[in-house]
Amino acid sequence: MSDIIRRDPRAEWIMRNRLHPLHEQYASQEEGGEVRGPSGLIRKFPHKVGFIGPNGIKRIDRLKGNATAPKGKRSAAAQEVQLPLHKVDSPDYYIMMVADMVGGRLTGHDKDILGLAHKLIVEQGGNGAVVAVCFGEVKEDNFDTAGVDRVLHIEGEAFEGYAPEARVQALTKVEAQYSVKHWLFPDSIHGGCDLASRLAARLGERPATQAWQVNAEQSVSRGASASLDITRQTPKILMLLEECADAIDETRHEATPMFLDDVSVAAATIKDKGLIAVDPNAIPMAEAEFILSAGNGIHNWDQFHEASKVLGATEGASRVAVDDGFMPRSRQVGATGTWVTARVYVAVGISGAIQHMQGIGQVDKVVAINTDAGCDMVKRAALSVIGDSEEILAELMKLVAEHKQTSLSDQAEENSNAA
Amino acid sequence: MPHKVISLISVGRHPQSGRSRRADQDSRAVELGLKLAGTDLDVVHAGNAEEPVLRQYAGMGLQKVTVLEQTETADAIPALSSYLKAEKADIVLTGVRSESGESSGMTPYLLAEQLGWPIVARVADIVEIKDGEAQVLLALPRGQRRQVTVKLPFIASIDNAAQAARQSAFGPGLRAKMDTQTGSTEEDNVRVNWSEAPAKARPKRLKVVKAKTAADRFKAATAKPQGGLGKVMKNESAQEKAQAIFDLLIEEKVIR
Repeated sequence: MSDIIRRDPRAEWIMRNRLHPLHEQYASQEEGGEVRGPSGLIRKFPHKVGFIGPNGIKRIDRLKGNATAPKGKRSAAAQEVQLPLHKVDSPDYYIMMVADMVGGRLTGHDKDILGLAHKLIVEQGGNGAVVAVCFGEVKEDNFDTAGVDRVLHIEGEAFEGYAPEARVQALTKVEAQYSVKHWLFPDSIHGGCDLASRLAARLGERPATQAWQVNAEQSVSRGASASLDITRQTPKILMLLEECADAIDETRHEATPMFLDDVSVAAATIKDKGLIAVDPNAIPMAEAEFILSAGNGIHNWDQFHEASKVLGATEGASRVAVDDGFMPRSRQVGATGTWVTARVYVAVGISGAIQHMQGIGQVDKVVAINTDAGCDMVKRAALSVIGDSEEILAELMKLVAEHKQTSLSDQAEENSNAA
Repeated sequence: MPHKVISLISVGRHPQSGRSRRADQDSRAVELGLKLAGTDLDVVHAGNAEEPVLRQYAGMGLQKVTVLEQTETADAIPALSSYLKAEKADIVLTGVRSESGESSGMTPYLLAEQLGWPIVARVADIVEIKDGEAQVLLALPRGQRRQVTVKLPFIASIDNAAQAARQSAFGPGLRAKMDTQTGSTEEDNVRVNWSEAPAKARPKRLKVVKAKTAADRFKAATAKPQGGLGKVMKNESAQEKAQAIFDLLIEEKVIR
């Protein structure tokens, strides 16, 4: 639980009282046991007595250790708190929650909606289960503590990347196979809104969009560019705003896998040609995904700019770098500058002043490159590398250049094979 | 062969003053339509032909605006879908969400479902139309772009990332013709049962510390970054260190 050293008054009292029946046991625990000679006499090694004090002088504790507390701490061992398991056997109905899964993990938005799904089940009664429907690659490990009773992971090449048509076909099959009471979607730009609208049009249901206050009977949603509250009966398909309910945090759930019988889909009319390279420095820093940030530890600025170009990262800077004139003010990350939301933030030569740490509060993964192993940035980082930044950046650039070459040649090979 | 491009427009709402204006995304849809079809662009509105906002759209250089005349409570979908079918449209451009009414953003999806056309959501640009196929750039979160190809005819909803609309000229707007046709008379019966009120401010979420003991509460109040969670590399060679960073970047898919 906690690492606080707790005194054991009873043990201290036994140590002081030489007539106590347990005194021997406690005292020997403290001193490492007594040594008896061949004749059975207790032998003491006189040079071992005492210890060297802080100023180098030998001190002998005449109290025979009676004044010190025994070393055996009575503090509770750090134990994992096991949350109570919420079990749903043979559910009557399902509430389907189609997760955004940005980067393969549940977002905060998804977790809020899972909390809302459980709230709906409690209000409606009956034996309902919350199902997280996810497509593509899934890296999430904590489905159980996020409140997922069942996981319906729809896999297949047709659902990878940008495939809203294939996905909506799969969802209509889910609708046919299971008894679904509600479809919950995050009303987000990560594809939740698009998929929900497609499903609603396909099923002929009228969805509640931008809903933010939902119970079993009524739901309140925003309309007219968020200037209107529309109260209506809770429909089958809901697109929910962020913070529509509190996430689950006091129960554990089964997260058992569910399966869709038929995952075949018709050929897509929209063909995905992949992501287009955009100039990373043209992306507003607050919404950039990958930031390479420079601080006082950078000496070779040309190399830093080149590195950001090679990595395809948006450039950021700490206050010192901006004040010294190496970077423009608009690139400053932190309390005075921009509060970034990147997924990956590489801090090169930034020790991590608290103002800077505030600015990167929402970042998922921080990588620190620094010469000081004890700085705050290293404590915050998921991966810290202690060493000269110039050398490491050079090696990193070499690796990325190699990687790009091989992937390019792979592509060329594929193209020639296809031709 | 020139393609038939139709932009659907609606009455917008200024975010601060609440006055009606040309909607942001719809005017971008008109702008993109003008880029694709020039003056052949057909701009369609379902609603009141007397609406002054339509003149603001017309002021972008349109000869005429087609209005499917119908009451405010009538359903726009049947009128629009029959119009699009009759006109044999190739590309239909709309906004993502209207700025007035329910603003559910369902119009393009319902039209696509009725017509059986593909819908491409959140379009930033239509790059090229060739051999009955269009190359479309989609706007993704975090400023990213995705390229897709889609066969004509299709419906596209235009994102705020598309090119901003040109300025509207007052005089040409007044002189533009309003081509009025009869719209649908089908009333929206579901919406009658809803109650509408001015939006209330949403309550801010409070940070609740669910600590059982005083020590835990104290810790939560004075939390400092804790060490020992991340991996620290000290004595490895620069190459190994760079490799570790590289592996993390690949795993997080920020380097492709």
